[in-house]
Amino acid sequence: MKSGSNLEKVFVNGHFAVTAELGPPKNNDVSVIQRKVDFLRGYVDAVNITDNQTAIVRMSSIATSAFVIQMGMEPVMQMVTRDRNRIAMQSDLFGATALGIKNIVCLTGDHHTFGNQVNAKNVHDLDSVQLINLVKTMRDEKTLMGGEEKFEGDIKLFIGGAANPFADPFEFRALRTAKKAAAGVDFIQTQCIYDMERFKEWMKMIRDLGVHEKVHIMAGITPLKSAGMARYMAKNVAGITIPDAIIDRMAKAAKGSEEGIKICVEQIQEVREIEGVHGVHIMAIEWEQMISKITEMAGLLPRPKVE
Amino acid sequence: MSTFEPKIVAFCCEQSGLPAAEMAKTLKLKIPDNLELVPVPCSGRIETLYLLKALESGADGVVVFACYEENCRYLQGNVRLKGRVGYAKQIMAKIGLEQERLEIFHVATNSGVKFSEFLMQKADQLRLLGPNLGKIA
Amino acid sequence: MIKAEQKPFEEILEYLAPYNKILLSGCGACVTVCHAGGEKEGALLASALRMARQKTGKPLEILESTPARQCEPEFAQELSDTIGRVQAVLSVSCGVGVQTLARHFPATQIFPGVNTLFMGETVEHGVWEERCQACGDCILEKTAGICPIARCAKQLLNGPCGGSANGKCEIKRETDCAWQLIYDRSKSLGQLHRLTEIIPAKQWGVQSRDSGPRRIVREDLKV
Repeated sequence: MKSGSNLEKVFVNGHFAVTAELGPPKNNDVSVIQRKVDFLRGYVDAVNITDNQTAIVRMSSIATSAFVIQMGMEPVMQMVTRDRNRIAMQSDLFGATALGIKNIVCLTGDHHTFGNQVNAKNVHDLDSVQLINLVKTMRDEKTLMGGEEKFEGDIKLFIGGAANPFADPFEFRALRTAKKAAAGVDFIQTQCIYDMERFKEWMKMIRDLGVHEKVHIMAGITPLKSAGMARYMAKNVAGITIPDAIIDRMAKAAKGSEEGIKICVEQIQEVREIEGVHGVHIMAIEWEQMISKITEMAGLLPRPKVE
Repeated sequence: MSTFEPKIVAFCCEQSGLPAAEMAKTLKLKIPDNLELVPVPCSGRIETLYLLKALESGADGVVVFACYEENCRYLQGNVRLKGRVGYAKQIMAKIGLEQERLEIFHVATNSGVKFSEFLMQKADQLRLLGPNLGKIA
Repeated sequence: MIKAEQKPFEEILEYLAPYNKILLSGCGACVTVCHAGGEKEGALLASALRMARQKTGKPLEILESTPARQCEPEFAQELSDTIGRVQAVLSVSCGVGVQTLARHFPATQIFPGVNTLFMGETVEHGVWEERCQACGDCILEKTAGICPIARCAKQLLNGPCGGSANGKCEIKRETDCAWQLIYDRSKSLGQLHRLTEIIPAKQWGVQSRDSGPRRIVREDLKV
């Protein structure tokens, strides 16, 4: 075991893993975390705690992750390279593991100009591939970046990364995931999938490169709430493609939100059949209360108890 | 009544504006009293600085008589002029000078009447506008 | 070369408000090429400033001079006599030239007339784009001659982020994604395999600005 986290054990035991996402509050109100945890506990194996996603200032992912542990759930702490240099990140990794955090997802992060601090100086000392490598070095070599001297104690982290099969250049996408695998990533969560054909094509490239044998691929799924949301995402979010067939289906449905859940469940069932996909990462954005229903309908319950 | 007679500097392309000016003179058409003609081989020869310098050194209005856009003997001279006049107008806006004080007018060699009419109108317009307060006389 | 852009006119007027005689110094090098502070732009700015001040009833006398390269002490020194006759200097050279004057004329107030923006290339007449950030440790051999430090908003060294769509960057949709360019050029050079190598973290501390101003010393050239 690399980390001994619940998520790692689920994979090691050959189960199909399920993670969800929890966005920390835009203040220091712990009750928001509690409310979201109550929606999710028991329905997923671990939950991603986002790190100031879309560059909007929120409670730190470390602090939120620590609260989530107290509340009886396992966090996957996200860490972006946008805001911290290698000194701060290594320091935070000591702190996070001391607080009992066992999973991490290493990301570059959304550009700061998308958020509410557009005049910030961004950092980008490392990129996500280099951060993955840094965490692996700390875990496996017990040294800091560029350091010879070993430190005391263990950095037991199950290392994750992200992949977006829908961004360009498409041919480079699987190669970039292969780089993350070479850098030491243990699992990959993808951007939300709507274009299933393109996802399957990407998975084929992943298999051709042998990446699926080294890394657990988790397919990213986001339930649509309405046809309007689908159109907005298709038009405004770079790197997300939504086929017209899905938008039409949402538009024609009597109740968009119910149709969105149905589509989501079908997608989960479909990705489950793809060779090399070992789990799903369900990103129900500010819709955490639907996770119980989605996981139940998709036949993902009960979640396995692993030792 | 004000006795202000605006000073107009008219840059004239030798391919169009200048022959038009000569025609107006031959036909004894009316032209404003306080006019200074500056012949140029092509309107593309006019730098942004010349336009500004004319205003700085006493002009109340500056006019460029140039060829119609497709008719430039040097292919793109009058297109370049357009860019420079646009730039000069941006600078004038920053200084706080009225945009009417600078204008391009396209003419052909035989546009004597148009030449005269345009200048007379420009002089009326400038008379209403009053003196250029930025000039250093 | 270095690219710059004239500061807002109002801001310049504000710096010069206390004075009635100044020197406007241009520079014959980079800022001439990017039409921000050469002899021509200096003359235009001087003319505009004179008229603007004339309008307010507080005339401003402006002497004009454009040394070949304001960042070289020999050329900067040429301004000595003129500077002795004015109350302040407005320099439309890049930030380097402004500092050269500041170093040589300790008793004179020197104001910047341009914002120095970047080191870039002329893409077409009238269009300039950033190409180099002088990181001090060139990696262009690894990235098919296209710099991700200068041209990727996240300075990614190992491939494009998830915001690359149709060859463009999600942050400024008119901007090419540097990694799309790197990918395309690597492909046409038959060098795609190079992109599978992990580029390690950059050593910002040794050569870069992060350790303070950099300095080159060539003993053989010193007299």
